[in-house]
Amino acid sequence: MTTPLSAPLNIGFDYTRSLGPTLSHFMTGLRRRQVTGVRGSDGRVHVPPLEYDPVTAEPLTEHVDVASTGVVRSWSWAAEPLDGQPLDRPFAWALIQLDGADTSLLHAVDAPHDQMRTGVRVRARWREERVGAITDIECFEISDGPGAEPVEADEVSMVITPVNLKYTHSASPVESTFLRGLMEGRLLGQRCPKCHKVYMPPRPACPTDGVPTSEEVELPDHGTVTTFCIVNVPFLGQRIKPPYVAAYVLLDGADIPFQHLILECAADEVRMGMRVEAVWKPREEWGPSMQNIDHFRPSGEPDAPFDSYSQHL
Amino acid sequence: MPDVAVVGFAQTPSVRSTTGTTNGVEMLVPIFHEVLGGLGLSKSDIGFWCSGSSDYLAGRAFSFVSAVDAIGAFPPIMESHVEMDAAWALYEAWVKLLTGEVDTALVYGFGKSSAGQLRRVLAMQLDPYLVTPLWPDSLGLAGIQARLGIESGLWSERAMAEVAVRSRADAAYNANAQLSGEFDVDALLTEPYLADPLRKSDCAPVTDGAATIVLASGDRARELCERPAWITGIEHRVDSPAFGARDLTTSPSTVAAGKAAGADGVTVAELHAPFTHQELLLRQALGLGDEVRINPSGGALCGNPMFASGLVRIGEAARRVHNGEAARVLGHATSGPLLQQNLVCVMEGRD
Repeated sequence: MTTPLSAPLNIGFDYTRSLGPTLSHFMTGLRRRQVTGVRGSDGRVHVPPLEYDPVTAEPLTEHVDVASTGVVRSWSWAAEPLDGQPLDRPFAWALIQLDGADTSLLHAVDAPHDQMRTGVRVRARWREERVGAITDIECFEISDGPGAEPVEADEVSMVITPVNLKYTHSASPVESTFLRGLMEGRLLGQRCPKCHKVYMPPRPACPTDGVPTSEEVELPDHGTVTTFCIVNVPFLGQRIKPPYVAAYVLLDGADIPFQHLILECAADEVRMGMRVEAVWKPREEWGPSMQNIDHFRPSGEPDAPFDSYSQHL
Repeated sequence: MPDVAVVGFAQTPSVRSTTGTTNGVEMLVPIFHEVLGGLGLSKSDIGFWCSGSSDYLAGRAFSFVSAVDAIGAFPPIMESHVEMDAAWALYEAWVKLLTGEVDTALVYGFGKSSAGQLRRVLAMQLDPYLVTPLWPDSLGLAGIQARLGIESGLWSERAMAEVAVRSRADAAYNANAQLSGEFDVDALLTEPYLADPLRKSDCAPVTDGAATIVLASGDRARELCERPAWITGIEHRVDSPAFGARDLTTSPSTVAAGKAAGADGVTVAELHAPFTHQELLLRQALGLGDEVRINPSGGALCGNPMFASGLVRIGEAARRVHNGEAARVLGHATSGPLLQQNLVCVMEGRD
C-alpha cells in the first residue's frame, strides 16, 4: 500500500478577551511600566494577581503596587527557543518573586547560561510599545539596579492573544486513495463490508458498523440534490456573491451525500430531486482536492423520484 | 450502590508517530475489537461510552466526534467525552455505573501527539491571559519544578536518573513500550541537558497511541471476568492554576485524592509521571514506601500517549489484579501543567 497523504496544516486565531476588573488593573499597570498585585485573605500579595482568594474564594480587590525588580526562585534553560517565546536566542524560564510580592511570576530571563542561578536578582526589561499584555515585559535581565519609572498610559480592558499552531495533517489510507483518484478526475468511494453502504468521500471505518471499509467503488460524477439551502448571508472568506446554493449531492451509486455548490441556474430553481452533474476545473488546476470539481450544474435530466433518495436525507 | 470493576483493558503500542489520522479511528478499531472480543461482548452490550482526547492535540475541531466512527454508533449509543486524559472519562463512566442505569461502560482515550509540536501545543492548557502569551513549553515548566526539588534537597539528578533506568528496564517486559532497555545511571548523568536541569531521559517521549478499558458492575463484572479489579476508591482533586503561588515540590491535590481514595496497603502503583522528578514527588505525596512496586509497565516515561496515558496507568494496575499478581493496586492520572490535577483509582481483587 502506498503511504497515506499528509500536508502541513497551519492554524491561527487571534483570541480577543475582556479582562475584568482585576486583570484590567494589572494589564493597565504593565502598560504604565508598573507591576501590581492583589492582597489575599492571608495578607500575601499575589503577583500576578488572582481574581479570587485561593483559600477563602472571596473576590480580591486590594491592589498593591510592587517593584519590577526581584529574585529568581527557580529556573530552567531554554536552549532552543520555540515560536512565540519571549526571546529567539537561548534564555532561561524563571519563576520570579518581585520585591513586595509573596508569589512568583513566570517570565523569561535574558542571561548567559553560566550566570543563571536561583537567588539571582533581576529586573524587568520593558518593551517600548506597550499594549497592556504580559508581553509588555520583553523579559527580565540580571541586575541589582532599580526598575524603570512608571509612565502615564490609557486604561486597558481587552487583550488580544494571537495563537498560531503548526500540524502535519494526515489523511487516512482510504482518504488518500480518494484524493489521489481526484488527481486523475476519478471519484473513488468505499463500501462497508457489513451494511454494504457506499461512502463518498470514504471513511476509515463505517460509522454504522465500526468496521474498516474494504471495497473500492468508482462513482460517476453526476447525481441528485437531496436537500439544499440558499446562502444569503455574507461571511469572511466568502468566494461567491450571495445568493447562491449549497446542496447535498448524492452521486449515483453512493449512499451518503456530500455538500457542494449548485451554479449555472437561478438559486430559486434548485429543488430536491434535481439531477446535477459535476463541472470540473481545467485539468492543469487539479490537485488532491474536492476543489477539482468547481461546482455542480443541472444536467437537464428529469427529476429523480423522492423514493430514490428518501433514505439518504 | 453497585460495586464497579475494571474487567477489560487494551492498548495500542506506544510509538513515536503513526500515519493514522488525528481522530484516532485507525488506532481505536483494533483495540475495541481486542477488548470486546476478549470479554465475549459486542458493541450492543455496552451501556455507556466515554472518551478523553483533545482538539488542540489534533489540530481540528470535534476530532472526538469523528472518533465515534470507530464504534459504529448505530443504533444510537449513549456517549460522552472529556477534553482531558481518559482517566477522567473513566471517572464519569464509574459515576454512570453507580447510578445503576447501565451495567457496562467502555472508556477510551487517544492522542496523536506527533501531529503538532507537543511541548508547544501544551501551552494551550495554561492561563490564557498571563501565561500562554509567553508560550512556555512543557519541558521548560517541568525544568523549573525539577530544580525546585533538587535545590531544596527533596530529590537529586541521580535519583531522577535512577527512575529513568528502572523504568526502561521494566519496560523491557512491556511489548507496548516505546522506550526500553538496560541503561546506566552514571552514563545517563553524562548526557547533555535538554532543558537544564532535565535530560532527555528525564522526559516522557512524544507518543501516539490509544487505550480502552471496560467497566462493569456487580454480577455483570463477575460474569465477564474471573478476577475483576474492583474499584474501592476513585477520587480526583485540583490545585490552583496559579503555579507561581503554590508549592511545586509537592502536590496537595494528589495528597488529598490519595487520602480520599484510600491509597494505604497497595502493593503496586502505576503513576502517571511524564517527568522523572514527578514520580519521586508523587510517591511522596501518596505515601508509597519502598515496599510498593512502582510502574512495573515502565510508566509514562517509556510511552506517553497524550490523553490516554493516565487511563493506561489504571489499566496496567488493574491487569495485575486480573492476572493474580497483586491484591490491591493503585492507578494514578494527571492532567494540566505541573501535576495540577490528579486522579487516584484504588482497585482490589476479591478471592
